Amino acid sequence: MSGPEGKAPEPAKPSEKDPGAVPETVPAWKAVLQGLGPRGLALKIGAPVLALLISLAITAALLRITGADPVSSIQSMIDYGTTENSIVDIINRATRYYLSAVAVAIGFRMALLNIGVDGQYRLAAFLAAALGGALTLPAPFGQMLVIIAAMLIGGLWAAIAGVLKVTRGVSEVLSTIMLNAIATGLIAYLLNDKRLAEVRPGSNNVATPQIPSDGRVGPLNGFLSSIGIDLPGQVYGLLPLAIVVGVVFWVVINRTRFGFDLKVSGLSPSAARASGVSARRMIVITMVASGAVAGLIGMPELLGASYEYSLNFPAGLGFTGITVALLGRNHPAGIALAALLFAFLDQTSDVLQEVDVPKEIVGVMQGVVVLTVVIVYELMRRWEIRLQQRTVADELATGHDLARESAGSAS
Amino acid sequence: MSDQVAAVRLTSITKRFPGVVANRDINLTIERGEVHALCGENGAGKSTLMKILYGMQRPDEGGIEVEGEKVAFRTPADAIARGIGMVHQHFKLADNLTVLENVILGAEPRGKGWRRGRIDFAAARERIREMSRAYGLRVDPDVLVETLGVGERQRVEILKVLYRGARVLILDEPTAVLVPQEVEELFGNLRDLRAEGLTVLFISHKLDEVLSVADTISVIRRGTTVATRLDPAQVTSRRLAELMVGSELPTPELRESTVTDDVELELSGLTVLAPGGRPVVDEVSLRIRRGEIVGLAGVEGNGQSELIEAIMGIRHADAGTITYGGDDVTHWTTRRRREAGIAYIPEDRHRHGLVLEGTLWENRMLGHQTRRPNVRGPWVDRRGARRDTTRIVREYDVRTPGIDVPAAALSGGNQQKLIVGREMSGEPRLLIAAHPTRGIDVGAQAAIWDHLRQARADGLAVLLISADLEELIGMSDTLHVILRGRLVAEVDPREVTPQALGSAMTAAGDPS
Repeated sequence: MSGPEGKAPEPAKPSEKDPGAVPETVPAWKAVLQGLGPRGLALKIGAPVLALLISLAITAALLRITGADPVSSIQSMIDYGTTENSIVDIINRATRYYLSAVAVAIGFRMALLNIGVDGQYRLAAFLAAALGGALTLPAPFGQMLVIIAAMLIGGLWAAIAGVLKVTRGVSEVLSTIMLNAIATGLIAYLLNDKRLAEVRPGSNNVATPQIPSDGRVGPLNGFLSSIGIDLPGQVYGLLPLAIVVGVVFWVVINRTRFGFDLKVSGLSPSAARASGVSARRMIVITMVASGAVAGLIGMPELLGASYEYSLNFPAGLGFTGITVALLGRNHPAGIALAALLFAFLDQTSDVLQEVDVPKEIVGVMQGVVVLTVVIVYELMRRWEIRLQQRTVADELATGHDLARESAGSAS
Repeated sequence: MSDQVAAVRLTSITKRFPGVVANRDINLTIERGEVHALCGENGAGKSTLMKILYGMQRPDEGGIEVEGEKVAFRTPADAIARGIGMVHQHFKLADNLTVLENVILGAEPRGKGWRRGRIDFAAARERIREMSRAYGLRVDPDVLVETLGVGERQRVEILKVLYRGARVLILDEPTAVLVPQEVEELFGNLRDLRAEGLTVLFISHKLDEVLSVADTISVIRRGTTVATRLDPAQVTSRRLAELMVGSELPTPELRESTVTDDVELELSGLTVLAPGGRPVVDEVSLRIRRGEIVGLAGVEGNGQSELIEAIMGIRHADAGTITYGGDDVTHWTTRRRREAGIAYIPEDRHRHGLVLEGTLWENRMLGHQTRRPNVRGPWVDRRGARRDTTRIVREYDVRTPGIDVPAAALSGGNQQKLIVGREMSGEPRLLIAAHPTRGIDVGAQAAIWDHLRQARADGLAVLLISADLEELIGMSDTLHVILRGRLVAEVDPREVTPQALGSAMTAAGDPS
C-alpha cells in the first residue's frame, strides 16, 4: 500500500558486519503492546515476580504518604477480598475483564489498537438483549442465538474500523474512538420506550424487554457444589465460555497458520508482506475477530444476571480490558491472572475507606502495577536479547555449533 | 614526515568480546597529513578498531596516543574533542533537515548577548561556505538533505565532522555506496583534505581503490595487523589480497552455460508508478530462461527495488504483464506466486527477510508458511519445521548453537545464509536474489555462489541484483543496466569491465 518515493538513491541498509551491535528489533512501544517479554523460563517467572514486588513496594510507599498504615490497609483488603461473597463478585468481575482483555489482545498481537472494544460490546449486548427479549425459543437455541448475534454485531462494528483502515488508511485508533461515541449515541437513541425498550414501572429506568427464562443461562453454583465448592452468590454460568475463548485464542495463535501470519504481521509488517501475508486481509480479519470476542463481554451478565440491557448495564469494560491485556502480556494465562488482580483491587477498594484511605488509591495501584510490569518486561526482554547474542557467540567460540555437529543426530 | 609526532599511534590494542577476540595486539602509526588505508576482510576487526579509536568502545589492553599524548576515550565526544572524527558507512543524516541544520546539529553556534538562546545560523552558514571552499566539498548549505544524491550526502557527513574541528578523519568503507564516478570525486576530495594538512584514515577492502588513493597501507587479518605502512608503489593488489585473506580470493564466475530455451519469467512493458504518477519502473521488458542468471546493474534507487517487489506481487504493477512459467501472474497475490515456486532473497534482510524476534525455525517458515514441511493443513507442523531448519543449518553452515535462538542473535552473515537456505528449499523455479552476498564474509560468499551455480545447473532461473559489480559481471549470463526505472542497455558480462558498467549505470556521457 505504501508508495515509496522515487527520490535520490537511498543511503543503504543498517550495518551488518559489526560484532558488537544489536540489530534493531521491535521498537519498545510495539513490544509492550504485543506482550513481548523474555523467553527463558527463569526470566518468564522472575520478571512478573520482580514486577509485583516492585509495585508492592511503590504501593506501600504511596499508602504511607497518604498517612495510612500500608500493612494494615493491605491486610484489610486481603481479609475482605477473601470472604465468600467477595470471591463470587471477584470471579464474575474477572470474567468480564477477561473477555474484554482477550478482545483487546487479539488486536494487540498484530499491533492493532482496538480502542473500540467498549462500543463494540455495549452495542452488541444491547442489540442482542433486544433480540433475546423479543423471541422465545426452546432452551439451547435462544441462548446460542443471542450469543451468535452479539458476536456478529461486535464483529461488524469492529469491521467498519478495519475496512476504513485498509481502504482509506484511517488509523484504527481514531475510527474506533469515534465508533465508541457513535455506539453510545445509537444506544441512547434506541434505548427508548418508543423503540427497542420499555420503562420499568415504579422507576425511571429504561430497559430492553426481559429475556424469558428459557433463554437464560443458570448460575454455575450447581456444578461447583457438586465438586465440593459451595459459594453464596451466583457465579456466572458463562464462566466456562471465557475459558474456552482463552484456550481457542492460545491454540490459534500458537498452533495455526493463521496465528503465525498474525504474529508475523505484528512483529514485522514488512517481512509479513514479503512472505505473502496480505496485510489488508489480516487487518480486517483481526478486527472482526477482536470485535466478535468483544461481543461476548456482555453475555455472562446479560444471560446470567440482568436478563436485560438497561442504563445500569456495566459500562467502561472495554477500557479496563486494555489495561488488563497490557498487564497480562497478551497471554491467555497472564490475562487471567491480571483480570483476577484487577477484579480483586476493584472489589476491595471500598474497604479502604474504613481505614481512612480514599478508595481512588486503588486506581493508582492499578496504574503502578501496569507500568511496572510493562517496564520490567521490556527491560528484561532487551537484556535477554543481548544475553542471547553473547551466548551464541560464546557457544560458537567453544565449538558448540549445530552446523558442525555430526549429521544424523537430528534434534 | 617521520621527524614529526604521529597524528595517532595505537600500541598493542586488544579487545575481546565474549568468545571472540576482535582485536589482538594491534600496532599502528598514522602520520600527520597522510591518507592511510586500513584493509581487511569483513569481520577482520577493522570496525572494532575504529570504534576503539573513536571512543565507541574501550580497549581491554593497549594505549592510544594522539599528537604524542596518551588519551583514553570514553565516548565519541572525547574523541571529537581531540580532533578525531568519523564518517560512518551508513549515513546518519536527517532527511527532512537542510544541509546546514544537519551539519550544526548537536554543535549549534549560539548567538551573542541577548540572542544567546538562539542559533546563529548566519555564522554557521558562513563557516560551512568557507569550509566547502577550502576543502573542495561543494554542497549548498540550504538544500534539504533528502534531495541530495549519495555522493553529496557523503560530503555533508565529511563537512559535519570537519565542522566539529576534526583533524583526523576516519572514513569507514566510504566507497561501498558510491558508483565509480563518485568514487573518483571522493578521492579528489580526500587529496584536497590532505593538502590542507588533515589526516585521513580510510577503511576499505577494495584493493584497487586503496592502491590509487592511499599514501600508505596497513592490513589487518583476524584481528591483528599483518602488515603496516606498506608503500602502495611497492605492493600489488594480489599481494594485498593474499595478506588480507591469508590465501587466494575466491572469484565469482560461471563455468559453461546452462541456459535453456524455456522462458521461466517474462516481463513485458512492466510499469510501476510512484504516488505522484511518475514511473519508477518504466516499461521494463525482460526474459529469464531456465538455467539462466540475469543480472541487473544499477545505482541503488533506480527502480530495482520496485521492480522486484512488482515481480513478487508486493507492489502492484500499473501497466504491463508478468508471465511466469506460461501463466499470466500479474494479478496473483504474493502468496500464490511464492507457492508457485518463486523464491525471494530480499535486499533488506532485517526488514523483509526475517522476523528478528522469531526463532530460527519460525523464520524458516516465513514465506513458506503454507507449505510442507512447515504446516499440515491449517496447523503449524512444529516438528517438520524444526527438522528442516536443522537441515538448512547444516547444509548452509549457519553458525548457531541451536534453532531456538532468535534470529536477532545471529551475525548478519549467518542470517543471510539462513535466508538463502530457506529460499533454496521447496524446489523453487525462479529466484529473485537482491544482494545475496551483501555484508557476509568471503568464505560464505563463495558458498552462496556455489549454491547459485548448482541451482542454475539444475534449471533455476535467477534474477540477480547486486551492488558488487564484480559479482554481477561474474555471476550473470545476461546483464541489463537499469537507470531511472528503464532498462537502458544490455551488456555482455564476458567483456564488460566494472568501469564500463559503472559508466552505463550513471549514463556518463549520455546527455539525457
